[in-house]
Amino acid sequence: MTKYTDQGKQDTRSGYGAGMTELGRTNPNVVALCADLVGSLKIDTFIEENPERFFQVGIAEANMMGIAAGLTIGGKIPFASTFANFATGRVYDQIRQSIAYSDKNVKICASHSGLTLGEDGATHQILEDIGLMKMLPGMTVINTCDYNQTKAATLAIAEHHGPVYLRFGRPKVANFTPVDQKFEIGKALMLNEGTDVTILATGHLVWQALMAAESLENQGISAEVIDIHTIKPLDSKAILDSAKKTGCVVTAEEHNYLGGLGESVARVLASHHPTPQEFVATQDTFGESGTPEQLMEKYGLNNKAIEEAVLKVLKRK
Amino acid sequence: MPNTQELQDLVIQVRRDILRMVHKVNSGHPGGSLGCTEFFVALYNEIMDLKDGFDMDGIGEDLFFLSNGHISPVFYSVLARKGYFPIEELNTFRLINSRLQGHPTTHEGLPGVRVASGSLGQGMSVAIGAALAKKLNGDDHLVFSLHGDGELQEGQNWEAIMYAAGNKVDNLIATVDRNGQQIDGATKDVLPLGDVGEKFKVFGWDVLEIEDGNDLEQVIAGLNEAKSRTGKGKPVCIIMKTEMGNGVDFMMHTHAWHGKAPSDEQLATALEQNPETLGDY
Repeated sequence: MTKYTDQGKQDTRSGYGAGMTELGRTNPNVVALCADLVGSLKIDTFIEENPERFFQVGIAEANMMGIAAGLTIGGKIPFASTFANFATGRVYDQIRQSIAYSDKNVKICASHSGLTLGEDGATHQILEDIGLMKMLPGMTVINTCDYNQTKAATLAIAEHHGPVYLRFGRPKVANFTPVDQKFEIGKALMLNEGTDVTILATGHLVWQALMAAESLENQGISAEVIDIHTIKPLDSKAILDSAKKTGCVVTAEEHNYLGGLGESVARVLASHHPTPQEFVATQDTFGESGTPEQLMEKYGLNNKAIEEAVLKVLKRK
Repeated sequence: MPNTQELQDLVIQVRRDILRMVHKVNSGHPGGSLGCTEFFVALYNEIMDLKDGFDMDGIGEDLFFLSNGHISPVFYSVLARKGYFPIEELNTFRLINSRLQGHPTTHEGLPGVRVASGSLGQGMSVAIGAALAKKLNGDDHLVFSLHGDGELQEGQNWEAIMYAAGNKVDNLIATVDRNGQQIDGATKDVLPLGDVGEKFKVFGWDVLEIEDGNDLEQVIAGLNEAKSRTGKGKPVCIIMKTEMGNGVDFMMHTHAWHGKAPSDEQLATALEQNPETLGDY
């Protein structure tokens, strides 16, 4: 059914690194900051080629966000990157006052989001960051699904004026979107047209949604799969068009059901076209140590969980 | 030297502005504002190299960042009287639909402000970023910042202080308003700061002191000395001793006027001690 196939497993953070390499060569205003996690963020090539445009701040994320805000004064486009937990919750007030409220053109780029960083456990597995960031007025929030999309998004946000939160992850996952797929901020990506149910997925759950749709097709269920890479601003039109067509919705994300994509979708549906919805997300819990696959299984964030949610929501139509 | 009398007149007029702004809305922070009046007047009218008009990037001019945003009255008065926006707009301080928010912000488009401040401890990091941008742009102008002493209790400052020294951000002059007071009392009682100048020194900064930050000539001399020490591989810190509430006898020697407005009678007394010089707004 799907025209999308796995071109080979790659980590989304390497997509960020590749995007930064390209920006280093093409946009002289782009500067990078990192808080002692250069290797994990895959920005070694950017640093090697543009040492004067890289700022190692050490283990001091609050200072990093403030320096990034200051660098915009003078026309720089700072990409401040670290793990998602330290890029959001740890520095919320710095982002709120010095970046968001101050209208600064800072790109906060966060790897190791969600459960899939794995063995490090709950201290590092943030499942609240989408909520934290989407509540900030003026903040754009993006969660990419694969290597190609993360690279494309990295390039796209450099062209967008305003603060952005770009969320990606650690593990190697299917790379399935075309290398030349245009990334449009705020424009949902239709991956599979269907008629019985709408699956709205973001981040690592997008590939899982496609796998679920394939299995559902074998059961005679036609699932529409839409990649909501931009959680804010949300593509309400794409969501409503699909919900009106199929009459039921499943949202899927590697995030708490409180504050995540699902709640944003529910708001749109409740306001314009009340529709049965099921939420594939963590259930207001912290994570724990384990392999990414074990964790996604245990916390109900894989293709099987999406399939079950679809069967459940179909009965509510 | 500048025409010191003109600047002294401006100091008095700014003090009147501060008192009247805070009195009108019965809120705001007069104490620290009055204590830093000489600093702001000197900085904007004698020390900084400024372009006409305002643009956010500020390339080709010196920049200033106020970290302790609660002393917005002195900042607004000095900006207005420098010509960044109409002096009459001081009438709108803290009112609904005003560009003069309780704490400074870029969000309402007020010329002269380049970052929001109020939640304490964030300004030095931003100033460092702006100083780094100047270096990248080949712009040899300076970045100034002002910090409350109590504000140094926020840990982010020490991340910034460590960074600036370690990375030789030597186009930055950070001034600490060492008035020894904060909302709950004297800094030595709330959370002792110790020898602030020594702390900056051991972190690797070039440190100088302004013994009396309410003596205009001393402030000008200190800021000029600080400028002469830039470009030498170290960020420069000024420990500036001031008197919170300076210029109004009953507001001095106490932390009581940190965030309290004067009554009608108190305002009258305070204004008598600072007779009009350049014209009230």
